[in-house]
Amino acid sequence: MTALNSKIPPGPLEKKWENFKKTAPLISPTNKRKFNIVVIGSGLAGASAAATLAQEGYQVDCFSFHDSPRRAHSIAAQGGINAAKNYQNDGDSVWRLFYDTLKGGDFRSREANVYRLAEVSLHIIDQCVAQGVPFAREYGGQLANRSFGGAQVSRTFYARGQTGQQLLLGAYGSLSHQIGAGRLRMHTHSEMLDLVVINGHAKGVIIRHLLTGAILRYAADAVVLATGGYSNVYYLSTNARGSNATAIWRSYKRGALFANPCYTQIHPTCIPVAGDYQSKLTLMSESLRNDGRIWVPKKKGDQRLPHQIPQQERDYYLERKYPAYGNLAPRDIASRSAKEVCDQGRGVGPSGLGVYLDFEDSITRLGKKVIEERYGNLFEMYENITGENAYEHPMRIFPALHYTMGGLWVDYHLMSNLPGLYVLGEANFSDHGANRLGASALMQGLADGYFILPYTLGSYLCTQFETKPSIDLPEFEQAQEAVLATTSRLLEVRGSLSAHYFHRELGKILWEHCGMTRSEKSLQEALSEIPKLRERFWKEINVPGSNDSFNKSLEYAGRVADFLELGELLARDALHRRESCGGHFRTEYQRPDGEALRNDELFSCVQAWQYQGEASEPTLLQEPLCYEFVQPGMRNYK
Amino acid sequence: MKQFFHSSIGRKFIVAITGLFLLLFVTIHLLGNLSIFLGPVVMNAYAARLHQLGALLWIARLGLIALVGLHLFFTLTLWKENRAASPRAYARDQILERTLYARSMRLSGLVILGFLLFHLAQFTWKWTNPEYQQWQDSLGQHNVYRMVTTAFHNPWVSGFYLLSVGLLAMHLAHGIESLFQTLGLTNQKFRYYFQCFGRFAACFFFLGYASIPVAVFLKMIPSS
Amino acid sequence: MKSSLNSSSLGQTRAERKLLSFTLRIWRQENSHSPGFFEQLDAKDIPAEASFLEMLDIINDRLIEEKKIPIAFDSDCREGICGTCSMVINGIPQGPGRGAACQVYMRSFSPGSTITIEPYRVKAFPILKDLVVDRSAYDRLIQAGGFISEHTGGAADAATILISKKTADAAMDAAACIGCGACAAACPNSSAMLFVGAKVTHLSLLPQGQPERSERVFSMVHAMDGEGFGNCSNYYACEAICPANISASVIATLNREFIKASITL
Repeated sequence: MTALNSKIPPGPLEKKWENFKKTAPLISPTNKRKFNIVVIGSGLAGASAAATLAQEGYQVDCFSFHDSPRRAHSIAAQGGINAAKNYQNDGDSVWRLFYDTLKGGDFRSREANVYRLAEVSLHIIDQCVAQGVPFAREYGGQLANRSFGGAQVSRTFYARGQTGQQLLLGAYGSLSHQIGAGRLRMHTHSEMLDLVVINGHAKGVIIRHLLTGAILRYAADAVVLATGGYSNVYYLSTNARGSNATAIWRSYKRGALFANPCYTQIHPTCIPVAGDYQSKLTLMSESLRNDGRIWVPKKKGDQRLPHQIPQQERDYYLERKYPAYGNLAPRDIASRSAKEVCDQGRGVGPSGLGVYLDFEDSITRLGKKVIEERYGNLFEMYENITGENAYEHPMRIFPALHYTMGGLWVDYHLMSNLPGLYVLGEANFSDHGANRLGASALMQGLADGYFILPYTLGSYLCTQFETKPSIDLPEFEQAQEAVLATTSRLLEVRGSLSAHYFHRELGKILWEHCGMTRSEKSLQEALSEIPKLRERFWKEINVPGSNDSFNKSLEYAGRVADFLELGELLARDALHRRESCGGHFRTEYQRPDGEALRNDELFSCVQAWQYQGEASEPTLLQEPLCYEFVQPGMRNYK
Repeated sequence: MKQFFHSSIGRKFIVAITGLFLLLFVTIHLLGNLSIFLGPVVMNAYAARLHQLGALLWIARLGLIALVGLHLFFTLTLWKENRAASPRAYARDQILERTLYARSMRLSGLVILGFLLFHLAQFTWKWTNPEYQQWQDSLGQHNVYRMVTTAFHNPWVSGFYLLSVGLLAMHLAHGIESLFQTLGLTNQKFRYYFQCFGRFAACFFFLGYASIPVAVFLKMIPSS
Repeated sequence: MKSSLNSSSLGQTRAERKLLSFTLRIWRQENSHSPGFFEQLDAKDIPAEASFLEMLDIINDRLIEEKKIPIAFDSDCREGICGTCSMVINGIPQGPGRGAACQVYMRSFSPGSTITIEPYRVKAFPILKDLVVDRSAYDRLIQAGGFISEHTGGAADAATILISKKTADAAMDAAACIGCGACAAACPNSSAMLFVGAKVTHLSLLPQGQPERSERVFSMVHAMDGEGFGNCSNYYACEAICPANISASVIATLNREFIKASITL
């Protein structure tokens, strides 16, 4: 059994990162030129890492399956980015952001990682402002902030409802600068289909060029994965259609550990599902909860229109249950409460799966103009999709899968157990524990890419002067052939069902049995159904077209094949974690008031899974989580 | 600077600036023409004064030829590029926002050019009617007044004239609005005002120029 | 607003599944070298609440089940922000109404009608397959200078730069561009001025963008001309269809910046 060494530097919490930076080995500018770095993904984490490394002088190749690096799904983040700047003088500090994040994650993340994230958050805002990100401003010209779920201070920086877009375009600008200057090679329409491991080290990737179908080998001194999360394993999620787990999953199958796959986040404010043709769920920024009040009728099956229901017959359940945080309770709590009231038959809308998010009070208090200024684009989006005007009627919202805290296991350096393989952003498991706070994903992506990887990469590279991988090595040959075999296998089935069908079925199984609440029974069910579905997939799928051309069906089928395996690991991990924490809620483990019941004695650890081949079950490795500086408490948002 | 004149924006700048000067010419010419309403004496004196300018007149004429030439040349090169840039029309073409004025710029421009040549041939070079050359008023000045009123008695001449100034007005409606945009003098709010101004000015030019043949035709001004 | 608001389900107890049928006239093209053609396809029994792209998903699933080749089209986020979609619906790039193609809903088409779907027709955006075009030209425009050359780690504290709310809002208006290419596709001249203008406006408004202001506009316009886009004739079709509501006043700003830079250089 490999020992999981998280490589956390010694010293007091506030000094760890500083100490690390003081002693981390440096690579001289002349030597940086000799190292080839492959970055997979061009979202916030990937673009910021690729741009920074290229600027420092490394030879960087960046790959994206999109037609342009600017399409990455980071672009869709609406609400904002956290930073402990304390510009509002409301008592914020690095410590408080650290503590809020750790607590929000239900004490299932590493202290040192989270503290570093909070520290680095300060530089991110400086960096982004310098890049020309048009953050919202006060009349006096200062940066504006708003509050977000899980925090009692206003530390969220935002650019209308398009913060992710603006941050990504900032990083894309830096990336473009490096590409234009010839210091970085950008490969679009290029999907990573395998990791090449040589003597236990990640030394290259196999790429399928999506326009020509060519399967290509790229050697590298280090491989950086920044490929996002795997929410789409649930089929319906707020992720983009193309978002997939293929890069991390195939790396897992090459030996990288997959940590905490069961930590998935359900976002409380999405537009409810309308029908089974639906291709995705649309998120309404959580910032809406700042000014909207969430309620359902007190009476079951109340069919009246919302404005016909008098105040005393409405249940503002979040305000009632969590007076201190009210409508700003953390995401997992808000989501579960919504499910709870809908399970009681008090849900609203055609499907009964929805709750009201009401702006009437805010409009009365602040005026329609202010609300329009704050959320205009969201209201417009809502009206466009549902055909309802939210200035007049309350919105209907329901939770949807949104983010995955789990991902490939990494140490403090963001390096996986495979030396040379770095994993950034949502693709790794590192900073959010069992639940992520709003406006923290953008923070983590940029922290990893701009400020952490560039410092930690040297520690590995300084040991790699002698090993220059060549694409002629048998490992490359073998990986390339494996990729070809998988794609041919998909094309050869020639069944009658589309990949869509299997993806949708998988999503149903997972949402039903491994969604907002999980139980031993439901998880067993999932574990027996998923392999059956996978078997059918390989017998009944029809992938039209050929391997050597632009074939979107083939790309998609490959991703679904990976989801069908990942879904099983997710359920397995959830089954194994016999406690409730954050986004992982086991019905067997709850407090009398229905809150999550953690079991710190047995499960204050990272569950990391190791692939053991198709025929055998993966093995479980545990990394204990040690809390030296804070005492894990029961989360209490009342 | 060489780069400027090779760039799309630089060439559009030239089109705009030459357009601006041509607009100035069109304005002065109109004011001159309107002197017809003040009677033959004033108009002929104005014409005679213009001819007395001598070298200056020739400089102005050469300048105008250059302006028209540049305006035309750069418009055509830009147009050629535009055609190359959009290889194929949509099967179901939708006219998105484009005004009739904007879409007919090339047509109106070319008709105006044709009219200009005819207009010069008729009144300046007097090729169409060589007898105009001999007409003099009582003061011994060239009788421009008689020439104009006579010419406009011909319904074909008046008709072509009216059509051309109509197209000129359309050309100016889009041209004036575009001028401000191309020179970078607008913003979101002002673009609307400039659009209104362009259309208003176009109406003004149309009414101004059209008033002459109409007045002649309706015998509102005596034909010398 | 993309849609009429007549299909509100507020207060409805049970979703009534209304099914609609259409005829699609859709552009099929094997690859960039082959000639394309319009194919007629039936789109029967489409849920009225489905989005336009969901309708295409349904058609594609049916094609796969019939062992035919599905229609290739680009889409990703499906919430109107990534700019991946690129089709022209009934002659309108990104479809009728404001917003990207993914924000078009079937309820806005009259049942039984024929819907024509084609790719962008822009020389600088070659067709790759069916409805998919290559928009890398836009990436190259940004690479030419559409950024602020900020080196990671060297930034001063963000609070040291004050920017008035008005300026920040105006910069944000321009920065909202999603890079979908609809502006060039709608332009009869296939001009990229709205795209370039949006970036130049965004960065020239901000104090951080001043040092490279002249060079930026020069190199971006130079790159734009080199990519084979047409020239602006001030038609404003771009503004009329821009899914991100970019105003054509950014084109005036681009002209102004370019002329100013030429004079002062």
